[in-house]
Amino acid sequence: MHKVVRFLLVLALAGPTAVLASSEGHGGHGDDHKKELTPEQKKAHNKHYVIHHTQDSHDFGIFANESEGTHYGFPLPVILWDDGIHFFMSSKFDHGHKTVESNGKYFRLNYADGKVYKADAEGHYITKKVWDADLEMHVQEPVEVLDFSITKNVLVTILMAIFMFFLFRSVARSYQKGLAPSGAAKFLEPIIIYIRDEIARPNIGEKHYKKYMVYLLSVFFFIWFLNLSGMTPLGINVTGNIAFTAALAVMTYLITTFTAKKDYWMHIVWMPGVPVPMKIILFPIELLGTIIKPFALMIRLYANMLAGHVVLGMLLVAAYGFSSYFASGAFIGLTFFMNIIELLVALLQAYIFTMLTALYFGAAAEEHDHEHAAAH
Amino acid sequence: MGLLEEFSIGLFFWQSVLFLALLFLLRKFAWKPILNSVNEREQKIADSLELAEKTKAEMESLKASNENLLKEARAERDAMIKDAKETASKMVAEAKDKAKEEGNKMLAAAQDSINAEKAAAIAELKTQVAAFSIEIAEKVVRGELSSADKQKALADKLAEDINMN
Repeated sequence: MHKVVRFLLVLALAGPTAVLASSEGHGGHGDDHKKELTPEQKKAHNKHYVIHHTQDSHDFGIFANESEGTHYGFPLPVILWDDGIHFFMSSKFDHGHKTVESNGKYFRLNYADGKVYKADAEGHYITKKVWDADLEMHVQEPVEVLDFSITKNVLVTILMAIFMFFLFRSVARSYQKGLAPSGAAKFLEPIIIYIRDEIARPNIGEKHYKKYMVYLLSVFFFIWFLNLSGMTPLGINVTGNIAFTAALAVMTYLITTFTAKKDYWMHIVWMPGVPVPMKIILFPIELLGTIIKPFALMIRLYANMLAGHVVLGMLLVAAYGFSSYFASGAFIGLTFFMNIIELLVALLQAYIFTMLTALYFGAAAEEHDHEHAAAH
Repeated sequence: MGLLEEFSIGLFFWQSVLFLALLFLLRKFAWKPILNSVNEREQKIADSLELAEKTKAEMESLKASNENLLKEARAERDAMIKDAKETASKMVAEAKDKAKEEGNKMLAAAQDSINAEKAAAIAELKTQVAAFSIEIAEKVVRGELSSADKQKALADKLAEDINMN
């Protein structure tokens, strides 16, 4: 299903080389009027197409035809903070074509990067002078607005949270009928027990693992289910968004830091069992390590999920880009293969995030008397 | 597409809020009851297994003690039977002895009385025979002496007998 709809999306978005499109019967979206693109332009276009579909957006697009400028989907609420709250539906932006006035302020949506910028009454971006380190000069940049919109990612997360709440509540309720698992619990219970017995217990230890179980279970299923939602044909990419992974990584960092025992801090500040000069050298390294660990968590999940989506997008563009049935078919087969791998990656990344989180919690909760005895 | 450029504070805010909300909801309505149920079940299984093991051991010991009891009972019964047999044979032997003694006694008494009767009978017979003999002799004598010839013949004969002597 995913493959087919994505395929249709590609057809609709990137414009045709008529052969495939007409053979599928979906090519008739005014493509005849489209002027020929140079290979460079085509490349840029394809790149933009792929990147755009990994980004968050202010409306829930299901189907779009860029050459015609038609979009199918539904708008989402936009909530901005600019000397007061501004609230309106994203349909007012008209996919970046219109400037929106709200409480005397003007805003414009940049369709390319999906962000909302301040604008003036004529619809020009308000810019400010910033230092560009790459160009080594001051450049004019549009001013971003603090954006608390219910974007596509936020909406999907809300829906997923509701889904998870009802799903796991039903699992919890199924145990009231009897202690043997029934219904969804039959499938989910082994996973819950796996997280408890294979992730939490060995990494955190029998004594402390219980208080971390709530977070580990939640984070595992949250990431896994959201990863899987990215496999649907709706082009959802929540877990491949840096803000999402950052939120989770920050939470792991905070829990690690606030539940850490004395031993954890001792290992950072004054590493036992090494000479004093080494202790002094190790202190900044260890301190930095506490930040690097959750930072790596953030980047790992983000990069893996984003890369998966980018690869899938590019394969589909390639499948479409060839005029030969054989080459297109091969790329569609490859996309199918990639999809199966992505299914595995969805689970794997959730597992790795949970596993490493448990490992960090384990380091924080650890109390080892034997090492202290040896140090004395 | 730099990391910082893509990072949206609004999205970060919503994701944090939503995840925290989900965390607290799931903790209350899902994870705690689920983990409690699973723990309870595991405890129950462990307890049941332990109980089964215990019951098995108990049965084993019960069986052994039953066996012992049976053995004891059997031994007791055997002893009782043996005792009874001994007592019975003793009683029989005693009775036999007693009967024999009694019999012997009775036999001796009978013998005595037979002997006494016999003696009495013999004595009586003797007197009877003596009486008869006298009577017979009287009659014979009377016949012998009934005539003078005969008295004379007898006197001759007696004289002859005395002569001969």
